[in-house]
Amino acid sequence: MIWHIASLELRRLFLSPLAWCVLAVEQVILAYFFLISIDNYLQWQPRLAAVAGAPGVTDLVVGPLFGDAALFLLFAVPMMTMRVISEERRAQTLSLLFSAPVSMTDIVLGKFLGVTAFFLILVAMIALMPLSLLVGVHLDFGMFWSGLLGISLLVASFVALGVFMSTLTVQPAIAAISTFGALLLLWIIDWVGGDRAGDYSGLFAYLSLLRHYEPLLKGVFNTSDLVYYLLFIATFLILSIRRLDADRLQH
Amino acid sequence: MSESALITVEHVYRYYGANCALHDVSFSVGKGEVLGLLGPNGAGKSTTLQILSGNLAPSAGQVWINGIDLLDQPKAAKLGLGYLPDQPPLYRELTVDEYLAYCARLHRIAAAQRRAAIDTAKQRCGLTEVGRRLIGNLSKGYQQRVGIAQAIVHAPAVVVLDEPTVGLDPLQMREIRALIRELRGEHSIILSTHILPEVQAVCDRVQIISAGKLVLNDSIEGLQRRMRVSSVILGLRRPPPLRELQALPGVESVETVEPGRFRLHYLPEQNPAEAVAEQVVANQWGLYELSPERMSFEQVFVDITRRDPTEQIVSAEVAS
Repeated sequence: MIWHIASLELRRLFLSPLAWCVLAVEQVILAYFFLISIDNYLQWQPRLAAVAGAPGVTDLVVGPLFGDAALFLLFAVPMMTMRVISEERRAQTLSLLFSAPVSMTDIVLGKFLGVTAFFLILVAMIALMPLSLLVGVHLDFGMFWSGLLGISLLVASFVALGVFMSTLTVQPAIAAISTFGALLLLWIIDWVGGDRAGDYSGLFAYLSLLRHYEPLLKGVFNTSDLVYYLLFIATFLILSIRRLDADRLQH
Repeated sequence: MSESALITVEHVYRYYGANCALHDVSFSVGKGEVLGLLGPNGAGKSTTLQILSGNLAPSAGQVWINGIDLLDQPKAAKLGLGYLPDQPPLYRELTVDEYLAYCARLHRIAAAQRRAAIDTAKQRCGLTEVGRRLIGNLSKGYQQRVGIAQAIVHAPAVVVLDEPTVGLDPLQMREIRALIRELRGEHSIILSTHILPEVQAVCDRVQIISAGKLVLNDSIEGLQRRMRVSSVILGLRRPPPLRELQALPGVESVETVEPGRFRLHYLPEQNPAEAVAEQVVANQWGLYELSPERMSFEQVFVDITRRDPTEQIVSAEVAS
């Protein structure tokens, strides 16, 4: 049942020009970033070759590319998640799901997986860029896979938060700006503290989406980062289910 | 809760904040029965149907669909339920075929039977020709049909239709009504409407909701009895003074419709027609018309919904 809802969600995304537009813009922007980092690498290469244990092409091209992609996703995810529930609520199509023999959990998971699948396609397209380097160089695949896992977890977390924001409102635009605001806040939340590292800065650092992403880009896989993302996703999905359930009990 | 009832609603209340939208609503609908839910705007028709379809949780009370408790086992109960909300829940960017296939999947129709189920639903709703068109490009009437097809594609025991003919032209209305009559065989149908002739055309039973309360629950025949005679029209060529008519046995009051035509009001069950006829002939007033007046359905409706809602529920079953 979850599968049917997810596949329809994905299908409907591709029936709207927005999805194609996001994919196109993403390819152009990231291809440009990719080109710049390759250019930089070529400039540095002669000097790096002389240093033993210097960073290789994977460090200097693949890591930054996934890092820039995260920045792009920060903008793109709210655009795609804003409509999942709020627009259905506005067009009153939610009643189709509510009167069908499916649970709220099925609905939320279906929607979440549908949009996540879209972004995994997008991530796969990003991953093709560094893979194209295989023609000429050897990649550090440990680092590549770790970065890919990182960006996949990151985008799934973004989507979970976006789905939740979409359950809160009937106006897609409100869902979009709230999602963007929340993601941005979680992105920069560890900037607090600075020199006066107090008791709380550890907590803020833990909450930061970025802090758990950066190690994965460097090829450092830590279970606590994985757990952080899984908890993040689970939290917002459960909140979404509860919020949707409250629709039936409204007022 | 009778054995053959496919829908049973017991003591349902629904509050929106402090506002009571439904007050102690109970009824049941048997197999093969079409129930019309009537009421002025804002009376609670849609709320009732939303509760029946699981879109809204009642504040108190119970609902059984096909013998399964909707609140305890929503998934099992909803398998036997088809619902068309007042706004058909259509994805405009899908084709009719894609949309119905999705609805069939949502209702767990096995892949092997899906094709046949969709074809049957399309054929019944007259959608065979438009299967490959985008829903967003269809006319309002066709979109409404897709909405109905969606509600019946899984052949549910209970079909709930919220104002199925609203916004349609008279021809389309007739088609939809014919479809509802055709569906009656194997399904129980509840439909809400504020179009009175529609109820007379398609329903077996009528319920009138007013201000959140069920104020009438009666069969169509019972309703027709309710449109009882309470006045007769009397036409005389040589009319006597008004007070002589007033003095006729059984007559409560007299009003002049036009010179020579009078409306005689009488108390229920005291039809004075016979006595009047005798008197008129005896006095040679020149009788040319003596006809009972029937209340129209509309009058009954206005009568009932205007009445103080605290009055008792009028139920034909209780009376009989």
